Amino acid sequence: MLTISNLHARIEEKEILRGINLEIKPGEVHAIMGPNGSGKSTLASVLAGREDYEVTEGSVTFNGKDLLDLAPEKRAAEGIFLAFQYPVEIPGVTTINFLKTAINEIRKYNGHEPLDAAQFLKRMREKAKLVKIDDALLKRSLNEGFSGGEKKRNEIFQMAMLEPTLGLLDETDSGLDIDALRIVAEGVNQLRDGKRSFVVVTHYQRLLDYIVPDFVHVLYKGRIVKSGTKELALELEEKGYDWIKNEVDALEIA
Amino acid sequence: MSSIENKDTSSLKAELIADFHLSQAKLNGKATLPIHQLRGEAMQNFDNLGFPTIRNEEWKYSNVSNLVKQTFDFHTKTEFNQADLDKIPLPRLIGNVLYFINGVYNAELSQIATPENKLKVIPFSEALAHQPELIEGYFGKYANYETDAFTALNTALANDGVVVQVADNKIVEEPIILRFISDVRTSNVGSQPRNLIIVGKNSQVKIAEAYRTVGDNAAFVNTVTEIIVDESAMVDYYKVQSESNKSYHIGTTQVYQKGRSYFYSATVTLNGGFVRNNLNVVLDGEHIESHLFGLYVPNGKQHVDNHTVVDHRKPNCESHELYKGILMDKSTGVFNGKIFVREDAQKTNAYQNCRNVVTSDEATMNTKPQLEIWADDVKCSHGTTTGQLNDEVIFYMQSRGIPKKEAIRLQLLAFAQDVVTQIKIDSIREYIEELILEKLEGA
Repeated sequence: MLTISNLHARIEEKEILRGINLEIKPGEVHAIMGPNGSGKSTLASVLAGREDYEVTEGSVTFNGKDLLDLAPEKRAAEGIFLAFQYPVEIPGVTTINFLKTAINEIRKYNGHEPLDAAQFLKRMREKAKLVKIDDALLKRSLNEGFSGGEKKRNEIFQMAMLEPTLGLLDETDSGLDIDALRIVAEGVNQLRDGKRSFVVVTHYQRLLDYIVPDFVHVLYKGRIVKSGTKELALELEEKGYDWIKNEVDALEIA
Repeated sequence: MSSIENKDTSSLKAELIADFHLSQAKLNGKATLPIHQLRGEAMQNFDNLGFPTIRNEEWKYSNVSNLVKQTFDFHTKTEFNQADLDKIPLPRLIGNVLYFINGVYNAELSQIATPENKLKVIPFSEALAHQPELIEGYFGKYANYETDAFTALNTALANDGVVVQVADNKIVEEPIILRFISDVRTSNVGSQPRNLIIVGKNSQVKIAEAYRTVGDNAAFVNTVTEIIVDESAMVDYYKVQSESNKSYHIGTTQVYQKGRSYFYSATVTLNGGFVRNNLNVVLDGEHIESHLFGLYVPNGKQHVDNHTVVDHRKPNCESHELYKGILMDKSTGVFNGKIFVREDAQKTNAYQNCRNVVTSDEATMNTKPQLEIWADDVKCSHGTTTGQLNDEVIFYMQSRGIPKKEAIRLQLLAFAQDVVTQIKIDSIREYIEELILEKLEGA
């Protein structure tokens, strides 16, 4: 589904990704962990097409297409969804209207007719239940005055509505209490259908207690320095990142 | 042509002065009536003042030098008819709809729905010629024809427009929509509509002025509306401008509010090459409420200037002002908001806010809030912001599959919503929504 080869990216003069290689197959959940500043969020942003980053080397193919060649909206229409670490507030645009526009733009791109009001409403009711999001909230301006937890739930709700094939979760657990975390994770788990894949970017193990990954990768200094299964996350939780840093730094000196 | 001794030697000024002398000659015995004395005084003031230059503080950012270089026909006969009208869209116009073509009332196109015991509507020309007593007590008593050259000019020369009178204790359900159309299909046309709106005690009315141009020549519209809001009356007043790039619109709306009255307004400027709006509200009684909203969406080389004055003269009143601008391409905008709180006006609440989004490096916005407060127990605030589109919001929308162009449009539409939703005449609000959508296509 997604193949990342030797991906290098920088922001202004600072190189942040320095040769990422990653292969994601349908239905897989990959966790990207690592210390602060290791490039985790950058990876998610580059995949979604944030303009601030410049890709200097490498390639990303998504379902056979050159992803880096596509504008962000086209990546979304191809099936990529980024759940933001800091979701923006959009005064004057309700979540409902926003999603109606988004869904129909994506359908247009893929040559489908727009959803009619009844179909849209049906989908909305269904998906709102998944993340236990209140109807009243959806009628308000997008994220305006929402709590941290409500914003993150809204991200997962939007993901459910847009039905992507690859979900990128950028530190979705940050700022959530344990109840909110559980609701968000349950929402994600219900979207796991054996075909849809996820990249879960997180600093902590705790989200992975609920969203159990197939693979765990540790990012450090812009490279994946260790990969393993969910046990690796537990090990990191126990021992922190220092032992990995030391290993890598020692190699660099050598 | 009369001799001109002051600095303004523009041909337009000379032309207008000559025009005035011609009209004076036709008055016969009526020239001595107070109303014509007043018009003579106004002409004298205009003669002394001349058209303002950018050295005049009030006109610092709005240069009328290109206007005064041109000539305009103020007496064009127009053939404008129903068929022409049908070509101009304005959805579901319901109520009292009055048409003014090149400033002249057109009875054939107009319809009045409200019965006369509630609402009296008389063309200004009619009042001037045959019922001067009807307007004498109000005409020129509020709008400043002493130091404002354009108001002086209008006061001296206006020959049509409308006089609207709402009796006491009446609720006028049907809105009053005044449509001013400049028909410039055959030549440059000037018009100077004069409107007088007198709303009686405890009465309620909604009024809109809508301006349009038809044709490719230049238009000059110099309009003055005086609104008198009597005790406990409620007036909604909307001004919608969608004129051509070759048009010059100078408009003054002078509002006088008495105790416990309520004035609610929105000034929306979509199209028009050069626009200057003056909205002056005097709160001359206690427990008055005034709301002033504004929205301007210029593109190309449009210039839109909004000057407002809110004059708190008595205690316990409140005023709220929100103007919003979206400036595209090489357009320029001006907002100048004055708030006076007089010594007597204790317990005043006065708020002013002007927010702008500039979508191009070549667009400019000049804002100038001016608060002059002589009372000590008041709550006043003002703020202005001019910013750019939020890139993070645009990326967020894109990441949801919305193309960049559409994302920009959505963001701008949302920005305009605060003002658009204030408009309580449905057909006017829908008209504005359509105009904005059309306009933002090019954003």
